[in-house]
Amino acid sequence: MSGIFSGGAWAKVWLYRDTFIKGFLNTILVSAAAVLLSLAIGIILGLMATSGKKLFKGISRVYVEIIQNTPLLLQICFLYYAMAFSGHSMGIIPAGMISVGIYHGAYMAEVVRAGISSIPKGQAEAAAASGFGYLGKMFYIILPQSIKIILPPMVNQVVNVIKNTSCLYIIGGADLISLTYSFVTGANTGGAYAPAYLISGLLFFIICFPLSKVAGIWEARLKLRDRR
Amino acid sequence: MSEFEASLSILRNPAIWSYLLRGLMFTFVISVIAVVIGILLGSVLALVRNYCTTKKTWIFKALSAIYIEVFRNTPLLLWIFICLVFCPCPSIFNRQLFGLTSVETKLLFKAAMALILFTSSVIAEIIRGGLNAVPQGQFEAGHSQGFHTVSTMVYIILPQAYKNVIPTLLSQVITTIKDSSYLANVATIELMARMKKLLSSANMYNGTGRINVSDVFVLFGCAAIIYFIINFSLSCFVRYLQGRTKKVARVVE
Repeated sequence: MSGIFSGGAWAKVWLYRDTFIKGFLNTILVSAAAVLLSLAIGIILGLMATSGKKLFKGISRVYVEIIQNTPLLLQICFLYYAMAFSGHSMGIIPAGMISVGIYHGAYMAEVVRAGISSIPKGQAEAAAASGFGYLGKMFYIILPQSIKIILPPMVNQVVNVIKNTSCLYIIGGADLISLTYSFVTGANTGGAYAPAYLISGLLFFIICFPLSKVAGIWEARLKLRDRR
Repeated sequence: MSEFEASLSILRNPAIWSYLLRGLMFTFVISVIAVVIGILLGSVLALVRNYCTTKKTWIFKALSAIYIEVFRNTPLLLWIFICLVFCPCPSIFNRQLFGLTSVETKLLFKAAMALILFTSSVIAEIIRGGLNAVPQGQFEAGHSQGFHTVSTMVYIILPQAYKNVIPTLLSQVITTIKDSSYLANVATIELMARMKKLLSSANMYNGTGRINVSDVFVLFGCAAIIYFIINFSLSCFVRYLQGRTKKVARVVE
């Protein structure tokens, strides 16, 4: 722990600040793409789960159960090595985007499903009676009402996406944690454990803490409004 | 197709199964230990964060809030790396245990420590949710019956809070089993790490002399099935419990 006060270690971190900036940008890039992918998957599967058709419901259920009950690390290894050993080697960052997106897509789907099914059935029936088609019903009646229930847990999922980009380490890693680790164990950069971990922890904290705080406050306020 | 059969032949080797099943056992033991200690530590953290509100004790509340928020908002892998360097390891773990070398035992202890710290912060928030759901009247009732604060907590508030959060805690067990696969990153000895090790030496076992894509499917597919069976049965149990509490609530109403 003494390294935290040593000027030399901090100077080393400052000298190699590009490593941290690059890792940070990679983490942001992977999480942004993964959030978009998981949103797309989540909305489609969430709508399928609430569509009332048995086939669609079954597909979405099977997807959610399989993805939620196996570890993310296993999925990313599966994707990366299956591609690598079949001769279509893909980059580490695209592999991360896809597998984190697929993994969190299952969670997003559950969030969307819960949000939509919390809207009373009468709303859907009223929309149908007023002559809305399926899409119109969803976009003008159901989704605007459920969005406030959906958003807080969705923000929590975004926090989890950002944290889970660290899984890239197992396939070679280009994200913040992996670059930090190779920095502190590298041949000519090694040793500055405390400052390097502090910096990368802090970088995660300053993105994730506001997001999870916002989600928490939002949720509490919604609960308060419901009680009234 | 012969490549696929060669890959399947890896799984016919009993030595490999005993290797994998021992890995599974470690996954299980680490997760159970992390959750049990997490519940103990998390309860203390949650109680302190919720009820240390007087002038004398606010510092404890602030400390536990900082602990919870810091661990919840940074990745587990960071804490695993930090614990590998900074976590002190008692000498009792500095030797051969459970058929592991002393280096592996030390790694296991440190990585498990990281998982415990991380899990306890998540569980603290879950228990806090349960505590907040206990009505204020229960405290007043406890005090009016002559219980002082600590025994009100132990005999009246905590049992109700735990009952509220049992399904969420069980889902946290699933998450912890999945999270324990992060330990594969530091070459410890749980299921995921062993699968990965096996894949990198698959050419020695499948008889074709090289690693084929079918090995990836067979080995990781096998790991996926093992994880799925455990986690799916747990999540079915969670759903059964949730259904039952709903039914009880309806009867009470």
